[in-house]
Amino acid sequence: MIKVKNLHKKYATKHLETLVLKGIDLEVKEGEFLGIMGRSGAGKSTLMYQMSLLDHPSGGEILIDGANTENMSPKERTQMRLGTLGYVFQDYALIPELTASENVMIPLLMRGNTLKEAKDIADGVLGKIGLSHRIENKPSQLSGGEQQRVAVARAMAHDPKILFADEPTANLDTVSGESVIELFEELHKKGQTIVMVTHEDEYAKYCDRIVYLEDGKIVKESRKK
Amino acid sequence: MEKGIDRSNKFGNTLKVGWFLAKRQIKGSNKATTLLIIFIMMLTFLNLVVVSGILVGLIEGGNIANREQYTGDVIIKTLPGEKDIGKTYEITNTLEKMHGVKYFSVRYFEGGQIEANYKTRRDFDTLQDLVSTQITGINIKNEEELSNISDYIVEGEFLKEGESGYIIMGSSLLRRYSADFGDYFASLEGVYPGEEVKVTVGDNTRTFIVKGILDSKVGEVSLRAFITEEDFWRLSDRPGLNGNEISISIIPGATLTSTELKSNLIKAGFENQGKIQTALEAIPDFLNQIKIAFSLLGNVIGLIGIAVASITIFIVIFINAVTRRKYIGIMKGIGISERAIEISYIFQSIFYATLGGLLGLLLVYGGLVPLFLAHPLDFPFSDGILVAPVPDTTFKFFLLLLVTLIAGYIPARRIVKKNTLDSILGR
Repeated sequence: MIKVKNLHKKYATKHLETLVLKGIDLEVKEGEFLGIMGRSGAGKSTLMYQMSLLDHPSGGEILIDGANTENMSPKERTQMRLGTLGYVFQDYALIPELTASENVMIPLLMRGNTLKEAKDIADGVLGKIGLSHRIENKPSQLSGGEQQRVAVARAMAHDPKILFADEPTANLDTVSGESVIELFEELHKKGQTIVMVTHEDEYAKYCDRIVYLEDGKIVKESRKK
Repeated sequence: MEKGIDRSNKFGNTLKVGWFLAKRQIKGSNKATTLLIIFIMMLTFLNLVVVSGILVGLIEGGNIANREQYTGDVIIKTLPGEKDIGKTYEITNTLEKMHGVKYFSVRYFEGGQIEANYKTRRDFDTLQDLVSTQITGINIKNEEELSNISDYIVEGEFLKEGESGYIIMGSSLLRRYSADFGDYFASLEGVYPGEEVKVTVGDNTRTFIVKGILDSKVGEVSLRAFITEEDFWRLSDRPGLNGNEISISIIPGATLTSTELKSNLIKAGFENQGKIQTALEAIPDFLNQIKIAFSLLGNVIGLIGIAVASITIFIVIFINAVTRRKYIGIMKGIGISERAIEISYIFQSIFYATLGGLLGLLLVYGGLVPLFLAHPLDFPFSDGILVAPVPDTTFKFFLLLLVTLIAGYIPARRIVKKNTLDSILGR
């Protein structure tokens, strides 16, 4: 599903060049729940940004469903993010003036669903994750856990092939964090491919496989027993 | 329902998402700020329409008064070098039969002198109180129908049909009305209704009782003295019954236009008898030049207003986009096209400009135009009105829309073009 070959990423300023990813090779299989762990500054978020096409690597290749993403135009990358990928950000990243339902609707509208279709799908997905009573609430009226669940609903509403999550529980209390991870677990059981960056060991148990990053390199890999 | 449908290449989806986002952003924005922006747009539109409209209206008001009080829709004047309009009787006969002609009035005039205050003149060493003017004979009924001339009587009364020995003095002949022009025109001291004046035309002198004072901003009216047609012929020695001016009005809304009327009179062979002009042609050229200059000046002032409005919209959208940069990044991240986000800002700009423009239109046509018609601006040479022709105003409305659209697009484009990840991470 995703193949990462010899991936490099460097950030350069006038006086300083920092190599954040130093030749990463990684493969994510269909239906796999992959965890990326490591200490702060290890490069785990940077790796996810490259894999999820939010950023361009400085070297190497990323193939999604066999297509080399580096040969894609910005428009094609946007199309792929809209059609194939889903995102859950650490700070929920909901649009403040939109209701929970509307936040979920936007990517659906962009994909060509009518307003009614998008609304029905959004409300249906929110209902499935236990937020049917919150569909008309704006993000400011929701708890952190609820906002993150809306973010998951937005990422999942169009059935993406791969779901990326960047420390989705980092800003949540234990109970809310647990509920979000259980939501991921539920999706995974249904065959969803998930790539999740986390630094919290207690959530690692949900992953099929975990890669550990240190100083821009994969130093360890462990599989669920 | 099919979740996986992907018609995302369609421009319609981009528009739909742009509209969806714009609508919710406007709904979610601060109401006071929104009202303020709309108010600024309305003022800009008013500046664009009203300033030039009033400047042009100063001249246009004069043109309208000239047509209503003096020329009618078409005027026939004496040809240069001639004493009167030839075949006046034939012309009036033709006009009576011509379809679309509403009224016409033949005026007869001779250069003459009016002397006032001669009874109180102490001796023959003091200067006579004299004024030279055109003594104009009119058919009371015809002139009243054509120009409602009696409406402009400010003292005394207008002439009545069949009466004799009375004169109406144009206000510019009297010092109390024309003090401002004292150095340019001779004028008479005093002269109130009921007083006697001596009128001399050629070798004939007669006394007339001043019946009324006529005050108009049309020079050809206020600089003349009017007597009845019958008195004119008693006073004048001139042979024949030809007139010096024929003013003609057409039925409003009739198929006959002033140009067609002129053309019909020319076709009838009257071109060699008098100078035939439409009301517009009879306006002195310098006034048209002033009108063009005022219009240009008004447009320049309006364009400055448009520049201010576009800068306002630019700043509003720029601040909005900068403060929402993170969310713009997130939207791009989840696959919303740059174009859709830009369009959402364009829709917002259009919303502000449309609402401001519509309020401006309402104010112009629902308030200001009728107000200026009812209470024109009092200028020495005209009653200034607000001229706002619908095609011009529509053009200015769409100009405002276009400018604000561009002013909204540029800052939105600048922010949307920024790197997606940098926007999300606030770098």
